[in-house]
Amino acid sequence: MKNQFLQFVKKETLHILRDSRTMLIALLMPVAQILLFGFAVSTEINNINVAVVVPQWCEGVRQSVERLSANPYITYKGDIAPDEIDQNLRSGNVDAIVVFTHDFEKIMNEWRRNGVSKSAMQFIMDASNTNIAQAGTGYLTNILASDVMAASSMVETHMLFNPQLKSAFNFVPGIMGMIFILICALLTSVSIVREKETGTMDVLLVSPVRPLRIILAKMVPYFGLSCINLTTILLLARFVLGIPMGSNLWIVILVSLVYLALALSLGLLVSTIAKKQVVALLISAAVMLLPIVMLSGMLFPIENMPSVLQPLSAIVPARWYIDAMRKLLIQGASFPLILKDFLILIIMTILLLAVALKKFNDKLE
Amino acid sequence: MNTSTLAIKVSGISKSYGSVKALDNISLDVRRGEIFGLIGPDGAGKTTLFKILVTLLNADSGLAQVDGLDVQKDYKKIRSRVGYMPGKFSLYPDLTIRENMEFFASLFGVTVEQNYDLVAPIYSQIEKFSNRRAGRLSGGMKQKLALSCALIHKPSVLFLDEPTTGVDAVSRSEFWDMLFNLKEQGLSILVSTPYMDEASRCDRIALINNGHVLDIDTPQNMVDNYDAPLYGVKCDNMYEMLKKLRKVESIANCYTTGEYHHIVASKEFDVERLIQDLTDNGLKNIELKAVIPDIEDVFIKLLSNEQQ
Amino acid sequence: MSNNDYIIDVKDLTKKFGTFTAVDHITFSVKRGEIFGFLGANGAGKTTAMRMLCGLSYPTSGSGTVAGFDVTKEGEKIKRHIGYMSQRFSLYEDLTVMENMELFGGIYGVKSKDLKERASDLLEKLNFVEERDTMVGSLPLGWKQKLAFAVATLHRPEIVFLDEPTGGVDPITRRQFWEMIYQASSEGTTIFVTTHYMDEAEYCHRVSMMVDGQIKALDTPANLKKQYNAASIDEMFRILARGAKRGD
Repeated sequence: MKNQFLQFVKKETLHILRDSRTMLIALLMPVAQILLFGFAVSTEINNINVAVVVPQWCEGVRQSVERLSANPYITYKGDIAPDEIDQNLRSGNVDAIVVFTHDFEKIMNEWRRNGVSKSAMQFIMDASNTNIAQAGTGYLTNILASDVMAASSMVETHMLFNPQLKSAFNFVPGIMGMIFILICALLTSVSIVREKETGTMDVLLVSPVRPLRIILAKMVPYFGLSCINLTTILLLARFVLGIPMGSNLWIVILVSLVYLALALSLGLLVSTIAKKQVVALLISAAVMLLPIVMLSGMLFPIENMPSVLQPLSAIVPARWYIDAMRKLLIQGASFPLILKDFLILIIMTILLLAVALKKFNDKLE
Repeated sequence: MNTSTLAIKVSGISKSYGSVKALDNISLDVRRGEIFGLIGPDGAGKTTLFKILVTLLNADSGLAQVDGLDVQKDYKKIRSRVGYMPGKFSLYPDLTIRENMEFFASLFGVTVEQNYDLVAPIYSQIEKFSNRRAGRLSGGMKQKLALSCALIHKPSVLFLDEPTTGVDAVSRSEFWDMLFNLKEQGLSILVSTPYMDEASRCDRIALINNGHVLDIDTPQNMVDNYDAPLYGVKCDNMYEMLKKLRKVESIANCYTTGEYHHIVASKEFDVERLIQDLTDNGLKNIELKAVIPDIEDVFIKLLSNEQQ
Repeated sequence: MSNNDYIIDVKDLTKKFGTFTAVDHITFSVKRGEIFGFLGANGAGKTTAMRMLCGLSYPTSGSGTVAGFDVTKEGEKIKRHIGYMSQRFSLYEDLTVMENMELFGGIYGVKSKDLKERASDLLEKLNFVEERDTMVGSLPLGWKQKLAFAVATLHRPEIVFLDEPTGGVDPITRRQFWEMIYQASSEGTTIFVTTHYMDEAEYCHRVSMMVDGQIKALDTPANLKKQYNAASIDEMFRILARGAKRGD
C-alpha cells in the first residue's frame, strides 16, 4: 500500500505543477509581499519637508538650521517670510515650519545663565496627515529642543532591537503568518473541494483507500510548497531586508513547521464544511484572512485593540505565531521565551486536526 | 467470491432530502451477469439509488445488498469490489490518460498491467493518445477512459450512472457494445439512462419516475404486456392533426413520436371513421397504421395511468 | 433571395481557431416559421456555428444575415432580436416565476405594460397561474424547461434558438415541450433547435446534419431518409457520423 500513497502524492504534485498560474502565485506571492511591505509600504516617516521663519539670524539659529538640514529624515526647504507660512502649508510645499523668535539669542543666553526658560521657537505642523504631524513633532523636538535644552532634557529615548524603527521588521512575521495560512489552508481546502465538485471524490471514496490517506496525500505537496516559501521568506528577510535573525534559526523553523501543520488542518476543516470551491475560497478569506489581518497584531498592536477584541485575538492562531516570530527574528529570543506561543500552537493544531478528521466523513453526509 | 445469486438486492429503500422524497420504497434485484437498466428522467432518483448502493449515502430505511454484502454494515468490503462511474465523467482533467489509469489502479492496489486484459478492448481504442490530458478528450473518449478506470481493479459489480448522457448517438451505441462484451465476461452491470431507446440493450429494466418504480421486467415483456391498441398516424399538418386528435373521444391518449403521432385507442375506436373525420377537417395525405409499442410508449402509458 | 422569406441566410460561414477549422464554409437558409433541426455529432461544430448565428461570435470569413442583420458585424442587434434557450443556463432558480419573467422581459426591453399582459397570458397557457410566486428552483425540471421557453419568447422574437432543450426530461413533458414549439411555429415564430433525441429530429420541417465542420446533408426528414435509404433519422445520423474523421 506504500505505492498507493506515493501514487497519490504524485497525482497531487502533478495537479500543482500543471496549474502553473496558481503555482506561480503561490511561489511569488511571498516574494512580492515581502518586497512590497519591506520597501514600498513603510509606516516610518523619513521625508518631512521643513521650512523655517527667522526674524533675526544669529549663531544659535544658524546652528539649529544646520542640524535640521543635515538630518536624513528631514528635507530642509529654506527660510520663508512670516506671511508666507499659511500659503506654504496649504500648498503642501512643506509639512512643518519652525518659527524662531526674534530674540532667540537673548532667550538662550538667559536660560544658560539663569535657567529661566521661555519659549524660543514654535512648530507649526500640517496635521492633515496625523502620522506625519506626530512623527514630525517628535523628530523636530529631538533635533532642536534636545540640543537647545540639553541639560534639562531628562528623557532620553532609546530604541531597542529595531533602532531605526524599520517597519519591515515588524511586517515579516506578519506576512509569514498570513502566507502560510493562504497557501496551506486555502489551497488545500480548494483542492479537496474541487474533487467533491467534479465528482472524483465519489470515486475515491468508493475505493478501499482510507480517508486519512487521501487527506495526508493531499497535504504532502502543499506542505512541500510551504517549505519552499518558508525558505524564500527567511532568505529574503536575512539578505534583502537585513533582519538579524539571531542564532535561533532552528527554532524559527520548528515553530513554522508546527504552524504549517496547523494551517493544513484548518484547510481540511474548511473543506469538510464547503461543498463548492467558491465557498471554500470565501470561508478561507472571510474566516481566516480577515482575522489575521485585523486581530493577529500584524497591523494593529493587540494592546491597542478595544478590550472586547483582545480575548478574541487569542483564538487567532496567527497571533501566537506572529508573536513568536517577532520575538525570535527581531529580539533574538531563546526558546523558553516563546514556549507559551509554541505550546498554544501545538494544542490548536491537535484540536483542529481532531475536529477536521472527525468531520471528514467517508460518506457523503 | 460470494455465492449469492444476486449481484444487487434492494428492498424497500427510501431516502428523503428534507421534505423531498428522492426514493420512495424502492425494491429491485439485479442477477449475476446481467445488464440491468434503471430508466427514468432527471430527478427520478437514479443517482440517489446509485449513491446508496456504492455506499456513499445511507438510506433512511430499507435494506440493500451488493455482492451479498450489506451496504451499511459491510461498506468497506463493498468498496473494494465495485466499479463506479458517476454521472459526470469523474476524471482528472489535468492528468493524462495514462496517469489517470495508473492513479485509479493504484487506489485499488493493482497495476494497469495486471488487469490489462479486462480493459484492453476499451482502453486500446484510446491508448494511442495516452499522453493527452483527459480534459482535452472528446466526450466519447472521456467516456471510454472513465469506463477503463472503473474497470481496472476487476470489479464484480459495475455501477454506471448515466454513462451516455450528452454523448452523441454513435458513441452511445458503441458504448452499449462495450457493455455487452463486459457482460459476456461475467460482470454484473447496473446502468442508468434517461434515453428510453437504450432500454432494449438491457437484459432487464426498471422504469422509475419521481422516486418510485413504475415497472420491472425485460424490455420485451414490457412491450408484450402493453394492453391497448396502438396506432401511428401522419399527415401533411401534424400540429393541426394533434389538436384534432385530442378532441376525439375514442382516443385515450395521443402524442408526438417522431414521424408519426401515436394513438392509444380505447374500445370504441374506429379506424375508418377517424380517417374520414380527419379528411373532413381538411388534412391531406393521411396515413394510419397499427404500430408495435416501444419502451417509451410503455413509460408514457404507465405515467399517464399514474397521473389520472 | 430576399430577406423577407429567409430569417437565416448565410453563405460560406467559416470559423477558425488557430489552424483548426471548427466550422468550414457552411451555406444554408431557414425560412420564416420553419422548425429547423440542427444535428451533428459531438465536436462537429454545432455549438460554434450556433454561436455565430446568435451574434455571440463573428465568423472568420463568410457572410449572411440573421433576422435581417449582418452576422459579420451586427452581433449586438442580432442578440436583441432573437430568443435563446440552452439546457445549461435558463432561469434564476432563486427568483420566482414572475420575477424571472420580469427580469428577462426587462433585459429584452419589453415595456412593463406589455410585459404584465404577456406574462399572465403565458402563465395561463402553461397552466402556471398558481405557480406565479413559486421559486423556479423548486419546480420540476420539465416545468423549468417549459417556462424557460416561454421566457425566451417573451419579447416576441422572430426566431428562437434552442440548444438541447429537452435533455433529461421525462417523455411526457418532452412531448408537451414540443407541442409548445409546434404552437410557436404555427404562430409564425421560427425555431432553430439542436437535440440528441433523434425522434425529435423527425418533428422538424427540415434538418441539417453537420459532420467535421461542414453541413453534409440538409432536407426534410422524409427526403433525407429516402436519400440515405434509412428507416429513421437515427439511422441516417449513424451513417453520416460514422464517416467523421474528427473524433466524435
